Amino acid sequence: MAWYLVKRLLQLIPVFLGATLLVYFLVFMTPGDPLDALCGDKGCTPGVAAALTKQYHLDDPFFMQYFHYIGNLLTGDLGVNFSGREVSSVLADAFPATIRLAIIALIFEAIFGITFGLYAGLKKGGWFDSTVLVLSLVVIAVPIFVLGFVMQYFVGVKWGLAKPTVSGAADWSDLILPGIVLGLVSFAQVLRLTRTAVSENASADYVRTATAKGLTRGRVVRVHILRNSMIPVATFLGMDLGALMGGAIVTEGIFNVPGIGNQLYKALTLGDAPMVVSVVSVMVIIFCVANLVVDLLYAWLDPRIRYA
Amino acid sequence: MRLSRISKTLGIAAVASLSLTACGGGGSDEAADGSAVITADSVEPQNPLVPTNTTETGGGVVIQQIFNGLVTYDSEGKTQNDLAESIESKDKQTWTIKIKPDMKFTNGEAITAQSFVDSWNYGAAAKNAQGAASFFEPIEGYETVSAEGSTEDKMSGLKAVDDTTFTVKLVAPQSDFEQRLGYTAFAPMPSSAFKDMKAFGENPVGYGPYKMAKEGAWQHNSAIDLVKNDDYKGPEEAKNGGITFKLYQNPDTAYQDLISNNLDVLQQVPTGALGNYKSDLGDRYSDKPYAGIQTLAVPEYQDNWKGEAGKLRRQALSMAIDRQEITKVIFNETRSPATDFTAPTIEGYDENLPNSENTKFNKDKAKELWDKAEKIQPYDKSQTLTIAFNADAGGHKKWVDAVANQIKNNLGIEVEGKSYSTFKELRSEAKAGKLTGATRSGWQADYPSMYNFMGPTFTKGAASNDSRYDNPKFEDTLNSGLEAKTTEDGVKKFQEADSMLLEDLPSIPLWYNQANTAWSENVSGVDTGWDGVPEYYKVEKTKS
Amino acid sequence: MREANMENNDAADRDLDPEARAHEAAMREIADTADTPAGSHQKDLGGLSTGIMMEHFVADVGSTPVTATDSRSAEGAPVSLWRDAWRQLRKKPTFVIAALLIVLVIVVALFPQLFWTENPSAAATQCLLENSNGKASAGHPMGFTAQGCDVYSRVIAGTRASLMVGLFTTIGVVVIGGIIGALAGYFGGWIDGVLARLGDVFFALPLILGALVVMQLPFFKAHRGVWTLVVVLVLFGWPQIARIMRGAVVEVRNADYVVSARSLGVSSLGILMRHIIPNAMAPVIVIATISLGTFIVAESTLSYLGIGLPPGMMSWGNDISDAKDAFRSNPMPVFWPGLALSLTVLSFIMLGDALRDALDPKARKK
Repeated sequence: MAWYLVKRLLQLIPVFLGATLLVYFLVFMTPGDPLDALCGDKGCTPGVAAALTKQYHLDDPFFMQYFHYIGNLLTGDLGVNFSGREVSSVLADAFPATIRLAIIALIFEAIFGITFGLYAGLKKGGWFDSTVLVLSLVVIAVPIFVLGFVMQYFVGVKWGLAKPTVSGAADWSDLILPGIVLGLVSFAQVLRLTRTAVSENASADYVRTATAKGLTRGRVVRVHILRNSMIPVATFLGMDLGALMGGAIVTEGIFNVPGIGNQLYKALTLGDAPMVVSVVSVMVIIFCVANLVVDLLYAWLDPRIRYA
Repeated sequence: MRLSRISKTLGIAAVASLSLTACGGGGSDEAADGSAVITADSVEPQNPLVPTNTTETGGGVVIQQIFNGLVTYDSEGKTQNDLAESIESKDKQTWTIKIKPDMKFTNGEAITAQSFVDSWNYGAAAKNAQGAASFFEPIEGYETVSAEGSTEDKMSGLKAVDDTTFTVKLVAPQSDFEQRLGYTAFAPMPSSAFKDMKAFGENPVGYGPYKMAKEGAWQHNSAIDLVKNDDYKGPEEAKNGGITFKLYQNPDTAYQDLISNNLDVLQQVPTGALGNYKSDLGDRYSDKPYAGIQTLAVPEYQDNWKGEAGKLRRQALSMAIDRQEITKVIFNETRSPATDFTAPTIEGYDENLPNSENTKFNKDKAKELWDKAEKIQPYDKSQTLTIAFNADAGGHKKWVDAVANQIKNNLGIEVEGKSYSTFKELRSEAKAGKLTGATRSGWQADYPSMYNFMGPTFTKGAASNDSRYDNPKFEDTLNSGLEAKTTEDGVKKFQEADSMLLEDLPSIPLWYNQANTAWSENVSGVDTGWDGVPEYYKVEKTKS
Repeated sequence: MREANMENNDAADRDLDPEARAHEAAMREIADTADTPAGSHQKDLGGLSTGIMMEHFVADVGSTPVTATDSRSAEGAPVSLWRDAWRQLRKKPTFVIAALLIVLVIVVALFPQLFWTENPSAAATQCLLENSNGKASAGHPMGFTAQGCDVYSRVIAGTRASLMVGLFTTIGVVVIGGIIGALAGYFGGWIDGVLARLGDVFFALPLILGALVVMQLPFFKAHRGVWTLVVVLVLFGWPQIARIMRGAVVEVRNADYVVSARSLGVSSLGILMRHIIPNAMAPVIVIATISLGTFIVAESTLSYLGIGLPPGMMSWGNDISDAKDAFRSNPMPVFWPGLALSLTVLSFIMLGDALRDALDPKARKK
């Protein structure tokens, strides 16, 4: 087990290097000259353009730029972004809000997705099952930028149930509404995954055996049905943590969450490689760790799965 | 104390306040609190807050509040002295500028002639890579300091004569030089700035109606806190205690905050809310034209748009667009149809310039011109006409679709929108002369002069000349306008040049921008400046 | 805790007691091994359809040589798991309804001209601003968009692009993700390490970044359209399915019937194809059918950001995003393409459910 952990953590190194190289290359390949983004509508004078090019190493060949970045990284320096700010301080500012947002979304989709899915799965084909099916269809069929605005308008503005936008500090309470919007699509997926697994397990012999043994319904559902249904759901949730953080670009924009999604999108449109690479690298690490946790969860959910 | 401040400001801004009462809405009966802080929307500035390095709106709007220069513009775009005592020149080439004595930056440092000389030199020098460097172009010596790789940072045309006087020698006479000086790039910076520009940009110190609230008042991606500068003595004295600029990622979001009274002043009603804002806001908004125009550049370097046939076709395109209908239906009358290349708020604007009939919708004439062009050179149908726009700014697709549909319906040719994911991608293609169709373009004036609409966009080699327009006669006319002895003579020449563009249509004027400022129930007295930016200093908080 | 563990052991075997399960599996594998050269799918797995037959097989195992088992299953006219599933499917009303709906959508996608009242992409469009956001009227049953176009015709015309994006992306993701996930989960060890970490890298990459770059490659730049989008979405969507597949495979790879199959010397490929993938498909089908909808919607988000379909190409997603601004005053242009999208997704979800039930004989038992 410990060896397995060490091995997985060691794998982070090549993943990190691979991801940074790939992302840096992709940003390098994005169309358009970063200078044009830096100079804006009205353009730069040639003298200014030359100075900026030098400042951001824009005319260096790809590998020079990349090694320059990695070299600095090893000394703990993430460099500066195109706005002249330290990338590390941008990350420190923006990541906490995004992480909070993702956690709320994750908790929301886990609690509601699993609960609803459990009920729908136990009474497959019943009215509850049909209702949540229609509900999840709405969630799936409407793009998040429409859904977000509609929820913001009705919940935030019209009914005044929540603040329509997030204040600077991005507290937990501010992030509930955006978190729910962000978690909605995944909520539908968790719901259906749970429902399927539950209905599959509910008719299994060991459930009948357990019931026959005189176990309470609650215990049967909790221990025998639910726990055995959790592997696909846990897999999905673990993966979703990463997806939620990276996919928060639109949601963060709608609710004005000062998070990483906006930074990433801005950096992408500018072609600001050091910024993009730093953001993505942190995401890769979070992602790998979340997946590791899920893999360890497998062993707990199903003791026959062992890691050596 | 409060009363005296208000009356002082009222005296100076009397004209402005007349128009202000006309549109000033709810809550005006209530007593205003002169120490209350108002909230306004902006976006995260792209660069540190340095006047000579700020050309985009996010930083620009903040810089405008904390950095005033020699002159400011009133809401009509007329210059009025701020730090300047006098700006004089006999030949419009050598200017003598006197500044008011005993003025101070908000850190206590005295503002002297040398402050101006140092700031302008800093802004112009290529080694400092300042985005607004080109504004110093008319000054003698600019060429040396701005050359690629130059290490020089003193322009020969700038001389501080004494503490309050300096002279500026220009490369050529320039009738609108005084008008330019109100642009924020010309504002003075204290000596502390030049020691550590990076730190200065985080916590800038200037002279203006407001100052940064404290060290670290710029909370990145979240808000920028400004408080009133009590030592400000110019024409823009604040009637409120400060401004908190909330930084939004998305204008639609700012609008939601406004209608829930979480935001006091919204610079511009977003396109997404144009359908509802009148019913949402009652009378808490204003429509005011400002110095900005939206055009459609049709590069002449493409085969279909070359030469005489190309010109006729561009005229046909222009006449096939029903600007009236689009501004009404798509923009809900928040734009007004354009009839020239400048803007209605600019001195010398005339909606009936010769050739302005090319901008009027005329389906039959359009068809006629198109057929005439066909006879000269047949239109290559394999090249579908595309209208390029960048999607990262948002809001363009709607009108591009509408224009495309109108041209399709009225000329019977294939037209479609072409979206670029990023601004830089579109810019790079435009700059490289690789556009394959028409492209959205536009101009927001830096200073209120007709020249500023045409010089940077239609002269040969200019950075924003997307259509690659090259007409020596046009340029001569523009230059003679610049060199004219009086502003009136200059305006006449500029109108002449404007009219030439209306014939050639290197790009097609679409509509003038309008500022649709909106405000919450908690404030009154909101008015919009000539550049479409609300005049925050006039806003009064009536409820908190 | 002990009890729970015990139950968990049962969980993997689901319905049969361990020995019976092992025998059943053994049977299948015997058939398999004998079959391997021919590679026929027809002859094995016969025991799955009824409990009685299985009983019979179990009895055979102890005494009959391998070849005999082989011939036995052949003459009993057993059917493959997939054929058995098909038999089940035909009888299900939800499947029939879903299939009819899907056929309808496909017909609309292939022959939109049979349905629309006017060709919305004709050179001279009928989009007139005077009709902007107009209400439904004769000949225009769904009203008009903000640009004054007929909503009904646009919904019909948008079917092709939307369906293609959804369907082909889902197929691509399931094939690529499924294979990679199954290999990673089954083999474990360094293969798992490499494949899973590769998935992590791809999944953490921002979709927008990938789309920006892929759209720029010369081929895709010249042919921007559905296929570009499919490639991008597959490229960045496969890790999800791979991960789900891997999890499901990890769950079943230690099941007793797999262990016994392995001990009987069945090839890895055989075990994967015959035993593991069919048993691990359920979560993949669930996610895939929902993803079909999310892919169609992702198209609209990407188009909204300028990296999806070209603005001239009609799709439900494009139309929904265009209609967003007027939503408060005229929700209909969002509603109709949204409804079309929902119905399409619904029919695929129903199809997926039916297919999953059919693939899982145990769930039918009650």
